[in-house]
Amino acid sequence: MKITINGSEHDLDVPSEMPLLWAVRDIAGLTGTKYGCGIGQCGACTVHLDGVPTRSCIVAVGSVGAKKVTTIEGLAAGGQDHPVQQAWQQLNVPQCGYCQAGQLMTAAALLAATPNPSEDAIDRAMSGNLCRCGTYLRIRHAVKLAAEIRAGGAK
Amino acid sequence: MTAFSRREFLRVTAVAGGLLATITLPGCRTEDGAGASTLDPSLFVRINDDNSITITVAKSEMGQGVRTSLAMLVAEDLDADWSQIKVEQASYHPKYGEMGTGGSGSVRDNWKQMREAGAALRAMLVAAAAKEWEVEPAECRTENSFVIHEGKGRRAHYGSLAAKAASQPVPREVVVKPRAQWTLLGKDKVGVDVADISHGRAGYGLDVRVPGMLYASIERTRVFGGTVKSVDKAAALAVPGVKDVVEIPAVGNGVNIHAGVAVVATNTWAALQGRRALKVEWDTGRRAAESSESYRSFMAAAVEKTGEETVNKRGDPDAVLARASTVFSATFETPFLSHATMEPMNATASVVGDKVEAWSPTQFPDWGAQALAQVLKTAIENVQVHTTLMGGGFGRRINPDFTVEAALVSRQVKQPVKVVWTREDDLRHDFYRPCAMHRIDASLGSDGMPEAWRHRISTPSIDVSYGPKPKAGWGPNEADGSGNMSYRIPHRSCEYTLLDSGVPRGWWRAVSTTHGVFATESMIDELAVAAGKDPVAFRMALIDGYTLPQPPDSDRFAFDPARLKGVLEAAAAKAGWGRTLPPGHGMGVACSFDHLGYAAEVFEVSVRADRLRIHRVVCAADSGPIVNPTGARAQIEGGIIQGLSAALKERITIAGGAVTQGNFDSYSLLRINEAPTVIEAYFVETDTVPTGLGEPSVPPVAPALANAIFNATGKRLRTLPLDIKLA
Repeated sequence: MKITINGSEHDLDVPSEMPLLWAVRDIAGLTGTKYGCGIGQCGACTVHLDGVPTRSCIVAVGSVGAKKVTTIEGLAAGGQDHPVQQAWQQLNVPQCGYCQAGQLMTAAALLAATPNPSEDAIDRAMSGNLCRCGTYLRIRHAVKLAAEIRAGGAK
Repeated sequence: MTAFSRREFLRVTAVAGGLLATITLPGCRTEDGAGASTLDPSLFVRINDDNSITITVAKSEMGQGVRTSLAMLVAEDLDADWSQIKVEQASYHPKYGEMGTGGSGSVRDNWKQMREAGAALRAMLVAAAAKEWEVEPAECRTENSFVIHEGKGRRAHYGSLAAKAASQPVPREVVVKPRAQWTLLGKDKVGVDVADISHGRAGYGLDVRVPGMLYASIERTRVFGGTVKSVDKAAALAVPGVKDVVEIPAVGNGVNIHAGVAVVATNTWAALQGRRALKVEWDTGRRAAESSESYRSFMAAAVEKTGEETVNKRGDPDAVLARASTVFSATFETPFLSHATMEPMNATASVVGDKVEAWSPTQFPDWGAQALAQVLKTAIENVQVHTTLMGGGFGRRINPDFTVEAALVSRQVKQPVKVVWTREDDLRHDFYRPCAMHRIDASLGSDGMPEAWRHRISTPSIDVSYGPKPKAGWGPNEADGSGNMSYRIPHRSCEYTLLDSGVPRGWWRAVSTTHGVFATESMIDELAVAAGKDPVAFRMALIDGYTLPQPPDSDRFAFDPARLKGVLEAAAAKAGWGRTLPPGHGMGVACSFDHLGYAAEVFEVSVRADRLRIHRVVCAADSGPIVNPTGARAQIEGGIIQGLSAALKERITIAGGAVTQGNFDSYSLLRINEAPTVIEAYFVETDTVPTGLGEPSVPPVAPALANAIFNATGKRLRTLPLDIKLA
């Protein structure tokens, strides 16, 4: 089965019903995308399918088709950190960091759709991503900072 | 490729060239067992050919920032260029002494040794430069990894001096910098793993890949204490990718592995599919009738009468209460809690003959290694444990069960195996924060201050899960935060009754204070209100030295009432305690001494149409000097969020001897839209050896919140999670 991950075509020998999560992690060897719950409740496995934030644990790899998969490893396009990656580092957001790939992918998709989100919009968009360490307040600040970095143009 | 490779791990343990400093950690031994004097000189720091400096951290990273803060300790007294610091994770070795990470103890236990390591190495570098320049060492200074002699206009980078410094004697004594000269400690430093985390490169246990590795998923007994009656492997073995199905016997002796059947496959999904097809019949054992209701009935009856154990007693509270005109009585209940780390339990192991190598997200690689040796019946010298990053720990990963389980599977299939726990496995086979019931009866004297306080506790003790009854009984550890609360009350007692339960118990962030402080800080608030006194002033007047025999205290860090008063005063001032609040708003306060740290919190909330909003949380903490302020604040913020999650949402219930919940749809954690608008953290930095901050912010959360809700609504909530919905 052929799918495009982070701009590269992968030919994966997997059953079509295997969740995209396990195909990406175990078969393609891209372990930045995390398993947290397997039922779309925690958001740790969030990837983009044609830019849309998607829970890879509940999407069969066979349903991906020609859609482009972007994982955390592919978020920094052209060697340039995405604004959310810049903001996350500046504000020292992660604690254990395990949920943060999913947080970053969700935040990046939010900013693509809503360049200057309100506080309510940030909470709504990010509410599907659990963080047990409790980095929520820093995530709120970092999304706002990322919006500013993004608005400031190329950096 | 982000995964750990075997070679990378070997590189971690190998010492390549360079130099370094001799330091002695508590509990360190020479390998020949001759004494405690010498250690591998390159144990914790070495200077590399490319001018970078590698600092080895022997404590485990679970998000508390220990790989950053411990490296800062060495770098400060080494005068190292922080931008050139690399951090390596130590694999298990007895030369590191106590590697176990918990109890908010990492900075405390490494403060002296790691700073002295930096200072010793700095002295050796200075001596090497001085010799080469033919000057006195005292005329040289150091800065950003350079030795500098102003008079001669000489500068040399540490990297160029390393080889010569290695032949200098290790100083017998070193002096670490006084606080006024710190250039690194006390400054915000972004975590050393944050860049890797932000790019998906950080390696957690679940990301380990070793050559020839298989993946396993284990069907464990749902009923605690159950055993396998029969297994029909055929359907599982028919699933494509499934290689084997093996039984895992239960292991006790403090390792606490459940009986189960492992399905081993070429990838995680195949293992999960095989497990779904597996047919297992169970003997449910003697715990199958236990339930949250049966536990509750037992505890409710237990706290109505004199406890089995007297934890401590002063005066005659029973007599004072018997003659008091008014007795204030309240019962506080808390449920079992799961750690619910975002990374479920997992471990990778390879057993070859009598040798075992494990890659594990473990807080205690040393306990893991000992448990591997014990269960596999091999010598500890045959055991290697490599510690990975952890997707959260909170006490769950102290236990060696998941590490040993992986080795038990690998031994049977004779290949390296990664055992992956599903979320359901993780929530149903945790070591839970014990459920608890606290009953407090108290009376006030004619001055309106407490005269008697009788505190009865019933829980299933944590210690029962790990060993025989301590000499002092089960009570003292369970009464941390209640039996040792520090309010001066002339007639006081604390009694304890053990609840027998098949549910495994363990250490959940801040441990027994998570329920004990909820009871004591709620009750003291009730008494303040009953006495018509201000809750902050009431506490300030009562905080005293310990007046009762206590659960084990630290000789090095005796309870200091002035520090508890200090944080209470600071939190109240920062929160604007006593100011007029908008209609519908309320403020509540709580304070506690936990894991040698002091914390006070003030919550401002509002309740409208029965819906709760948390507007602002102010925390003041005193754990001594702060190493990395951004990391320290993160621990306060995280502890408050986790405390709120427990206070408002989390409850594990037991039915038929098994956990009812299975995933985040039934065991809810606090989400970002439910988090407070503002959390402010302030530090009172008493000049002492720092203690840790991973835990002290947790215990005041639930009582401060409940007290604030009372202040807003007039309604006391005494059961966790609190019976109130968030707006």
